[in-house]
Amino acid sequence: MNIESSIWKKAIQTGLIGGVISLLLGVVGMVAAFENTYLISGVITMGQILILAPFLFESYSAIRHASSKQPLNLLVVGGLTGLMGGVVLAAFIGFNQLLNVRSVLINVSPDLITQWTFNLPLLAGVLVLLVAALITGMIAAGIYLLPSRIRGALSMAVLVVLALGLFRDLIITVILHWGFVQYIFLWIFAQVGMTIPGALVVFVLVGGLVYWRSGIDQKAINLRRSPKRQRIIRWGTIGVLAVIVLLLPQIMGMYFSEILDDVGIYVLMGLGLNIVVGFAGLLDLGYVAFYAIGAYTLGVLTTSEAVGLLHLSFWAALPLALVVAVFAGVVLGLPILRLRGDYLAIVTLGFGEIIRILVLSDWFKPLLGGSEGIQRIGQPTIGTFVFSNQQQLFYIILAGIIVAGFIATRLKDSHLGRSWMALREDEDVAEAMGINKVITKLLAFGTGALFSGLGGVLFATKVGSVYPQSFSFIVSINILSLIIIGGLGSIPGVFVGGLVLVGLPLVLSQFADFVYLIYGASLIFMMLSRPEGLWPEARRKLELRGEESGPSPQENPKPATSDAGH
Amino acid sequence: MLRTWRQRVTLTDVFIWLIGLAIAAAVVWGTIKTLELHLYTGSGWADLTIRGLALGGVYALIAMGYTMVYGILKMINFAHSEVFMSGPFAAVFVALGLSKSGFLDRQPVLGLAIIAVVAMGVSAGIALLLERICYRPLRTAPRLVPLITAIGASFFLQYTFRGLFGSGSFGYPAIKALSGSFTIAGIQIFNTQAVVIGGAVVMMLILFGIVQWTKIGKAMRAVSEDKEAAELMGINVDQIIVFTFFLGGASAGAAGVLYTLLFPVVNFYMGFIPGIKAFTAAVLGGIGNVPGAFLGAIILGLLESVGPNLFLTGLGIPSPSQLKDAIAFIVLVLILIFRPTGILGERISRDKA
Amino acid sequence: MAILISDKVTKRFGGLEAVSKVDLELNEHAIYSIIGPNGAGKTTFFNCVTGFYTPEEGKIVFKGRNITGLSPDRVTRLGISRTYQNIRLFKNMTAVENILVGMQPHLKSGLLGGIFRDPRTNREEKEAVEEAVRLLTFINLKGKGDLLAKNLPYGEQRRLEIGRALASKPALLLLDEPTAGMNPRETQDMVDFIRRLRDELGVTILLIEHQMRVVMSISEQISVLDFGVKIAEGTPLEIQKNPHVVEAYLGRGAASGLGQAKPAD
Repeated sequence: MNIESSIWKKAIQTGLIGGVISLLLGVVGMVAAFENTYLISGVITMGQILILAPFLFESYSAIRHASSKQPLNLLVVGGLTGLMGGVVLAAFIGFNQLLNVRSVLINVSPDLITQWTFNLPLLAGVLVLLVAALITGMIAAGIYLLPSRIRGALSMAVLVVLALGLFRDLIITVILHWGFVQYIFLWIFAQVGMTIPGALVVFVLVGGLVYWRSGIDQKAINLRRSPKRQRIIRWGTIGVLAVIVLLLPQIMGMYFSEILDDVGIYVLMGLGLNIVVGFAGLLDLGYVAFYAIGAYTLGVLTTSEAVGLLHLSFWAALPLALVVAVFAGVVLGLPILRLRGDYLAIVTLGFGEIIRILVLSDWFKPLLGGSEGIQRIGQPTIGTFVFSNQQQLFYIILAGIIVAGFIATRLKDSHLGRSWMALREDEDVAEAMGINKVITKLLAFGTGALFSGLGGVLFATKVGSVYPQSFSFIVSINILSLIIIGGLGSIPGVFVGGLVLVGLPLVLSQFADFVYLIYGASLIFMMLSRPEGLWPEARRKLELRGEESGPSPQENPKPATSDAGH
Repeated sequence: MLRTWRQRVTLTDVFIWLIGLAIAAAVVWGTIKTLELHLYTGSGWADLTIRGLALGGVYALIAMGYTMVYGILKMINFAHSEVFMSGPFAAVFVALGLSKSGFLDRQPVLGLAIIAVVAMGVSAGIALLLERICYRPLRTAPRLVPLITAIGASFFLQYTFRGLFGSGSFGYPAIKALSGSFTIAGIQIFNTQAVVIGGAVVMMLILFGIVQWTKIGKAMRAVSEDKEAAELMGINVDQIIVFTFFLGGASAGAAGVLYTLLFPVVNFYMGFIPGIKAFTAAVLGGIGNVPGAFLGAIILGLLESVGPNLFLTGLGIPSPSQLKDAIAFIVLVLILIFRPTGILGERISRDKA
Repeated sequence: MAILISDKVTKRFGGLEAVSKVDLELNEHAIYSIIGPNGAGKTTFFNCVTGFYTPEEGKIVFKGRNITGLSPDRVTRLGISRTYQNIRLFKNMTAVENILVGMQPHLKSGLLGGIFRDPRTNREEKEAVEEAVRLLTFINLKGKGDLLAKNLPYGEQRRLEIGRALASKPALLLLDEPTAGMNPRETQDMVDFIRRLRDELGVTILLIEHQMRVVMSISEQISVLDFGVKIAEGTPLEIQKNPHVVEAYLGRGAASGLGQAKPAD
């Protein structure tokens, strides 16, 4: 009886947490933002998903920790957890009836209440809410009880349907470019979200596909293929991807190309910060400083306005701006790189803020434009062709990313990259190995400054002007979040982070107000549960390489089984 | 000895000392010029000084939180600036309510006390949540991880408040009883400023008293010195840590109320800059050192208030008050470069092999 | 030929003298041990030699050159390497990578080499990896090079740390309690290994050890530190008979029962 009561207690606790999370999502306004985002037209909105999802997750968590795995017990635990979540919401709705909190919590609008009560009259709606919560919890139990293959297939199918519903606008824009092929796909979408038959078809197709594939051991098949075939497949995939990437701006259209450009610039800067924080372990919170320096230098050198200095062309000014950025990196880095961890972070934050204040100030107004910034910044040209719009600029940004990615990848597996990693692991011992701390750290810091400066240059030319408001601390946090959630030190991780953290909120504009809330929550969640990120760093196999002729990079997040077990 | 000295001094050190000297020279030169030009009157300086003291008092209370948590956990509680923000933000609604009903005018002392209690309670609550959810699970993680979590928590709190209450600012109602000023020795002091300075001093004495003379304070200091040893002595380290966060949070909440007496506006991002300044103050005084935090805060408050006019106008810089925040950041950078242990701090011990 | 001379080296922390006027003279190719009770200042002394600390007084001379107060990276480049009491490997790097980092003083390629992979850099890297694999074989870790250091068993981690220290081709190797936490069988393996280091590689070895069996069997000279002061020096036999040593370890009064087995019960 004692153990059982503690199980109830745990379930209730977990359920209450789920309720609080759901309540928070509502009270900050996210639920309302997605009120009309139907995932399946007429059936379910993203808002409703946001209300019920916390119950689902918390129930699943409670079930996983349940001591007895009997189906009936799990159903009860799940249901109870879900129900408690619903109770929290119901209690809040009741409280709001007594004492209208809208004057304080501005998002607790009648609309929100309507969403919570499924558009029904209050009492009925609350009851339905409680029942929905209960059922959600029991569904969690059901999911847990499924064999893993079916569970995997089911989750994937649901996710795909969700994604298609959410990204409907983006997808349709892209599909419309595909000529008559588009009609194959257009019918699954409705005015908002997917149509019911469309959703069903996708669900069955994806679910079936995943289920079928999960029975096949793909890795074993891959290993059995001849090296020649492997090479063909690898280069073929790269080729196809390259073609797609090159055609992206055309595929995506003007609106999404701009988003692509933004993501690209952040990825570029992320690659740089990844070297500083991920490779060398130097937590730089003032990365925005070099971004500003790059942007303003370009502005000052190329603007056609009176405030400019030399009125150079973009290509002439670019190297100068980069040199200035790197110089700043070295000058700023030299005094502070002996500081450790927390202190380095705060000092760099200070630098970033100092630059922002100086750039905004009247003191530098004659040169930097003060609060009005600098306008009419030069654009890149090749011959007579001007890269004037977002789609064309994409290629310049892409070039930048390729260069940055190339440098980062090369450095990671080099002697210098190992020195950085050693510094990151244990600074004192690294020094005892003969590594000159100052120079090695400066090299990382300077390289990071280079990429940040380049990002600033590209940003300035993309927008055509620079204003001091664009260079606040939050940019540093943006990029930091990106590389951490993608995976510290991992180069593919930067791309993942960029797409998820920068691309997603831009594509789904309903997230616009909540971007930093999500960043903050993601950082916390990641650090608590999966600090290595979404696409963790891989370690290379060097001993093998030392004994055979050619390099063969493979992912090795876990130790390989080798001969001579102990 | 000369031999070893020459071996230890590197190019970096020379470079750093040059910068330091340049800044010192600029400050001195600017001050001389300003005083020569007689741009401000004696009472002008006095006003700025009082303002600086009041500001310093607020920073001192926030700095307490940073320094105590750093002493115990050896980490910077980046989210402390949001702990500071949450108190007055939550309390503004209470204050507006009290003011609307007239209670605040009839019973200013009691009204202010209620506001203070609410603010301190909310701030302490947020601090305790932070400790429980974000920091406790990560006690043994490499240093980067809790720091990033703290940064994430800071942003999460900021934008949650924004989501909850909106992105606008809320104004604190003026307390009639505190309007006006008095004069001592020809210097005009506003009532609000007096309350802030007085309140800060009182809180500091209380905190200092707790840390120095109570049993739990001794336990706190023991845990700061050596966590493992304290545990072996039977001290419940978790409890002490919770208590430290509680104290830090409460004092930040009090700081928040005092802050609103000087600047009666609250919004979701109000914590960021005062938070960094308070941290600068804590480092200036010697991180981990409670009286040091107070000293550092007063100095910083004065520098920020008097500084722009004192050294920057003489150098011919237009609108020097725009740069007052930069002064705090520059102080931070300089302290961490030249004397990371702060004014009153002991040597930060390095991890021995 | 004295390869290392420590001349009245003194290191203070606040009011505490952790190392007090310690004199030492190490001959080339010797195996020399420093022993003493816990807290006697042995590791602090090591830290002075490697440059992690700068002694307040005294000087340290290596191969005729005054190295007192030089930074640790310079000391390593001059030919001194060390291991640590509580194994400080680069845990998230593989065994091979740990050794490659140890080769730092001999690897010249930098930023540009890393990016552009010119022939010289590639050659240097290839040779370095081959050398690292050879070193792995020498320390009996062949085949385990691509395992992460943190996943290796304890004894292999110790050997890897020594391997990493050897990678810089030092003339003098400082080993800080290499047999800590080992059972008798592993300890014997380590003793043989240390001998091999001296015999096959010609390295001079300075050892901090607690296990008397190890110290007595392997050392040619022993210094005993207590509260930072060198209280005895000599061959194993001499040290065993020295009353001050016994007193330091076992306390006053034990000196009278010296050299005799305590009666059972």
